[in-house]
Amino acid sequence: MKKWSLIIDVAKCEECHNCFLSCKDEHVDNDFLPFSLAQPRHGQRWLDILTKERGQFPLIDVANMPIMCMHCDNAPCIKKAKDGAVYKLDSGIVIIDPVKAKGQKDIVSSCPYKAIWWNEEKQIPQKCTMCAHLLTDGWKAPRCVQACPTGAMSILNVEDTQVAEIVKEEKLEVLHPEWKTLPRVYYKNLYRYLKCFIAGSVAFQKDGITDCADGAKVTLYRKSEKIGEMTADNYGDFKFDNLDEGEGYRLEIAYRTYPVKTVEVSLTASQNVGTILL
Amino acid sequence: MGFIEKYKFQALLFMTAQFMKQTSRMRPSFKKRLREKNFTAQIKTMDNSAGRYFTFKNGKILSRSGLHTHPDISLGFRDAGLGFRLLVPWRNQQEMIDAMKNFCLTMDGPDELTYWFMQTLSQMMSAGIKYGNDMGKGVKRYVNNSNAGALFVDVKDNKIIRMTPIEFDKSDAASFTIEARGKQFTPPRKGTVSPFGFSLKSTVYSPDRILYPMKRVDFDPKGERHTENRGISGYERISWDEALDIVVSEIKRVKREHGPGSILTSTASHHNWGNIGYYLSAHRRFSNLIGCTQVVANPDSWEGWFWGATHHWGNSMRLGGAEIYGTVEDAMKHCEMVVYWSSDPESIPGAYSGFESTVRRQWLQELGVKTVHINPFFDPTAALFGGKWLAPRPDTGNAMSLAIAYVWIKEDLYDKDYIAKRTTGFDIWKDYILGKEDGIPKTPEWQEKETGVPAKDVRALAREWGTKKTYLAAGSPGNTEGGACRCATGLEWARSMVCLMAMQGIGKPGVNMGNMTYGAPLDTRFYFPGYAEGGFSGDIEATASAMNMYQRMPHLPSVNTVAQKIPRLNIPEAILNGHTEGYPNNTKSIEGQFVKFSYPAPGYSKVKMYYKYGGSYIATMNETNRYVKAYQTPEMEFVVNQAIWMEGETKFADIILPACTNFERWDIGETSNAGGYIIHNFTKMNHRIITLQHKCIKPLGESKSDYEIFAELAKRLNLSMYYSEGMSELDWCKRMFDASDLSGVISWKKFLKKGYYVVPAPQEALKAPTAYKWFAEGRKKDLTEPIPLPSDYGEGYLEGLQTQSGKIEFECSSLKRYDPNDPERPTISKFIPSWEGPHTTELYKKYPLQLLSPHPRFSFHTHNDGKDSVINDIKDHRVLIDGYYYWIIRLNTKDAAERGLKHDDLVKVFNDRGAVICAVHVTERLPKGTAHSSCSSAIYDPIGEPGNSVDRAGTINLLTSSRPVIKKSHSNASNTCLVQVEKWKGQ
Repeated sequence: MKKWSLIIDVAKCEECHNCFLSCKDEHVDNDFLPFSLAQPRHGQRWLDILTKERGQFPLIDVANMPIMCMHCDNAPCIKKAKDGAVYKLDSGIVIIDPVKAKGQKDIVSSCPYKAIWWNEEKQIPQKCTMCAHLLTDGWKAPRCVQACPTGAMSILNVEDTQVAEIVKEEKLEVLHPEWKTLPRVYYKNLYRYLKCFIAGSVAFQKDGITDCADGAKVTLYRKSEKIGEMTADNYGDFKFDNLDEGEGYRLEIAYRTYPVKTVEVSLTASQNVGTILL
Repeated sequence: MGFIEKYKFQALLFMTAQFMKQTSRMRPSFKKRLREKNFTAQIKTMDNSAGRYFTFKNGKILSRSGLHTHPDISLGFRDAGLGFRLLVPWRNQQEMIDAMKNFCLTMDGPDELTYWFMQTLSQMMSAGIKYGNDMGKGVKRYVNNSNAGALFVDVKDNKIIRMTPIEFDKSDAASFTIEARGKQFTPPRKGTVSPFGFSLKSTVYSPDRILYPMKRVDFDPKGERHTENRGISGYERISWDEALDIVVSEIKRVKREHGPGSILTSTASHHNWGNIGYYLSAHRRFSNLIGCTQVVANPDSWEGWFWGATHHWGNSMRLGGAEIYGTVEDAMKHCEMVVYWSSDPESIPGAYSGFESTVRRQWLQELGVKTVHINPFFDPTAALFGGKWLAPRPDTGNAMSLAIAYVWIKEDLYDKDYIAKRTTGFDIWKDYILGKEDGIPKTPEWQEKETGVPAKDVRALAREWGTKKTYLAAGSPGNTEGGACRCATGLEWARSMVCLMAMQGIGKPGVNMGNMTYGAPLDTRFYFPGYAEGGFSGDIEATASAMNMYQRMPHLPSVNTVAQKIPRLNIPEAILNGHTEGYPNNTKSIEGQFVKFSYPAPGYSKVKMYYKYGGSYIATMNETNRYVKAYQTPEMEFVVNQAIWMEGETKFADIILPACTNFERWDIGETSNAGGYIIHNFTKMNHRIITLQHKCIKPLGESKSDYEIFAELAKRLNLSMYYSEGMSELDWCKRMFDASDLSGVISWKKFLKKGYYVVPAPQEALKAPTAYKWFAEGRKKDLTEPIPLPSDYGEGYLEGLQTQSGKIEFECSSLKRYDPNDPERPTISKFIPSWEGPHTTELYKKYPLQLLSPHPRFSFHTHNDGKDSVINDIKDHRVLIDGYYYWIIRLNTKDAAERGLKHDDLVKVFNDRGAVICAVHVTERLPKGTAHSSCSSAIYDPIGEPGNSVDRAGTINLLTSSRPVIKKSHSNASNTCLVQVEKWKGQ
């Protein structure tokens, strides 16, 4: 049967917060039983945007990663809950029953993604319902997807086999697959948030003038293995992305007849190696 | 003839009585209304030869033919024929207005009753109207509009459940399609909404809503007024009658005691949406009727373009910005690179247009068009689309412009043919660039000292720009406005933007200005008014009413007889010092801005009463402690604020009149249509969406619509018929519908029910031509904009630009005529160091951080901030620390480290003008020495004496200078501000 899944493209999220705010518009002050009671006006983030700046001035980028209930197929919260207070709809959506879950604070800490919030006033755990009340009523998308102006969020309502094909085709990933919770929220371009880059600028001097080394050949090695090669652009800039943290990176820069220059890099986070003057 | 006319008149009056009785039987709301008053109304011919009276008593109507001996009110027509024609619902509105203007229609009796009677007749027609769509489960879907875009509003039991973007259905018109480089592009079938649009439900139901009229507790209009306590003392609830009576008696008193000009009125920028209950509509009509000293707005956000760029190429009616048309399609077909220069449309696409243009920028990305971003802040547009980021120090952009021109000249990378045929004065500028005038060649190395941007990068940019077909996106919507034009060097920067485009031949395929925000292929010939056309103001002097509305929707004119004006940025000086000067934002000609004016105007009273309508200058105007002090002087005898929310400035009023939001009343408006202010601003949209703004819920508490509040005041001044023409807000919506092209394409009934209409995209032959193409090709202007005005052409009509030469002038003839020796605005664009920056050495030592304060991304001015709005939870907007939502300021990592600051630490941001507590965000998105914190906090929360203490709510404009960009202007330099930041230790 068809089930709902979300796809989030980190490269397309611009942190406009339309998803976050439309979620609040929908859920603050509105009860949608049996799926949810109202979200408090402040404090809870059923959908949160995590932002990461990578690199150092002026070679940087910014990645934004919306996170929410992953609607896991192997959900720890369902296991933790008593009396079937958390359950999965046939459509794949995980629902906390606001009546049965009353007082069950343990459900909050059961979520490794920290997507469940405790409502102190109502004494209930709360989270994203994927707007199940709207999808049940025939809406084609939850509020966050509808409000997204860049297409960073999209929704699928297909058989799981088809999801698997799309995941493969689009190179989608889930957050923390090692937790084996089998999330139904998939990400594209997750490396923008999770991985590192090495960037820099190549310049040369001629007749007392410094200029950008447009076309410099930059090769990246890790230990002795060549792992990338690129040509610096007209600003002399280069950027190797999707790298793991760690030691032993080495850049080799070749340009015209200048001696080849080598730069050693150890990555604890993304790094701008600065201007390499040949 | 006469007999038949009289018979028809009498019969119609008889039917009116019958219809009223029938409506009363069928509609409980109408029945209830009839119980409100006991009196007799008479309708008759002026010669008393025909007539009928209607006696209302305890909800019953007694109606008789003939004349009553003592009617309470009497409506008289010149003759029976006219009476018949004007009383039928299908009346000719022009004839109605002609009759009113020529005293062929008179109304006698107290306004309280005449207004009630006319509104009752109106409600008889509108009782039982159907609108909105039933969504099941008791939910009704209405339509409304906002600064953030058009909205569906779902309502259940008179409560707003949700607001969503409008998704089109199959019956809505097809979208445009653009073919470019072998691909086809068409926008999504929906409207987009700015972030703050999703906060509107929370602000409608805000605890800061003003629900009752209020009076400052220690304000006694007949005794001690305690003006010194404005902003300090609290309020008590009073009745509407008491509030309105005080306001009216003060209006009369200050006019009587001080004379004309004694009432000052000012409005906020767009805290609601629509053409009726708007600051340029209802407010303007009412303020004209009582006669007010109006505030002259500075060309806010357009500063450098208006006071600078205008002189190079005219476009005064676009405040000096570039033409807009056809640029989306041209860029997609031809351009190879976009240079975003102080341009962040993902945060602020000009205004009002949601994220309409985002998808279009994605199309450019898909087509492989390169992007460069020049901005001290690595803004969300740069973050989304990538490309080279160059970060000049704030206020230094013109040094980079001049260096780019230097490279082009030295390396022969500009269009000499275009320079020869389409421009004048290039050699003069060229000599300056090359250093022949002042001995300083404006080399990339020279600019590096000013901007901090490596010379090699500027050279690389200049070379690429000079060889690729490039769109320059200068300012937030790409052709004007915002950012670098709002600083001490903003004029020179904007001027150079024009000069650089002239060097590259603006108007050639793929060479133009824009960032896809303006210039979508929409129908510019379909007429529907934008807000600046003045709605029903009837003001043909101060609004763009004369362009279309005044003729299309016949209505009574309104004229402000008070010629006195105050420049907005100098309101405090006008009040505190009793005199000030300013320059007008007269856009009719290039020279309009030169005509200085003074306050007080000869023979007028100084302002003694302040009628403030909506929104907060405290937080949006510079150096706002000045405004606090201006409020507390006894010179200002009375302050009334007509407001929706208790914002920073509301609490300085003596009387507060509670207005409702536009979700609680009727209006009509098109998304992003600004009318004459920004002609065809709706080309920012992917679809023209015209909405009948449904009254979604009843006004909260005792709040009333702005239209109604002014009507209540007008009643007490015998002005209600002049003000309202007997119309309700919905009647005006209908009249505006009839006056526009809408009435030719959709029925009123259907429009009323559905709530919106999508204007079809134009067929190929009717698409607007590309901006400046006509100019580049040396043809007559072929754009669909009626500017410049005919007399501003030097050659034949439509030949050339608005400048004296008709060409782009590197050396400005207007400035040569006006003041060729003004060191602040030379006749060519030059490098002039900022008057508050690294060159002001002593000050810079004390305050070593240059603060940028742009408009906020998540609030439209102050309107969505504070108020317990859900946007307060956005981590990039405010941060909750110890139970208080603090405004954020961004600092470079090194600057933060030097001060021992870490993320979310509370800091004091200060200079000689004031101090504000913020939460610090540590970032690499700024160069060292630069800070970034938006303006427009809705809250003003001084921890001590207002005007003289630290504010903890984020009122950043306490810190910005009130100095104009240049002396001979009325302008602000929001992005010119030196500050120091230190850890806040709670004292």
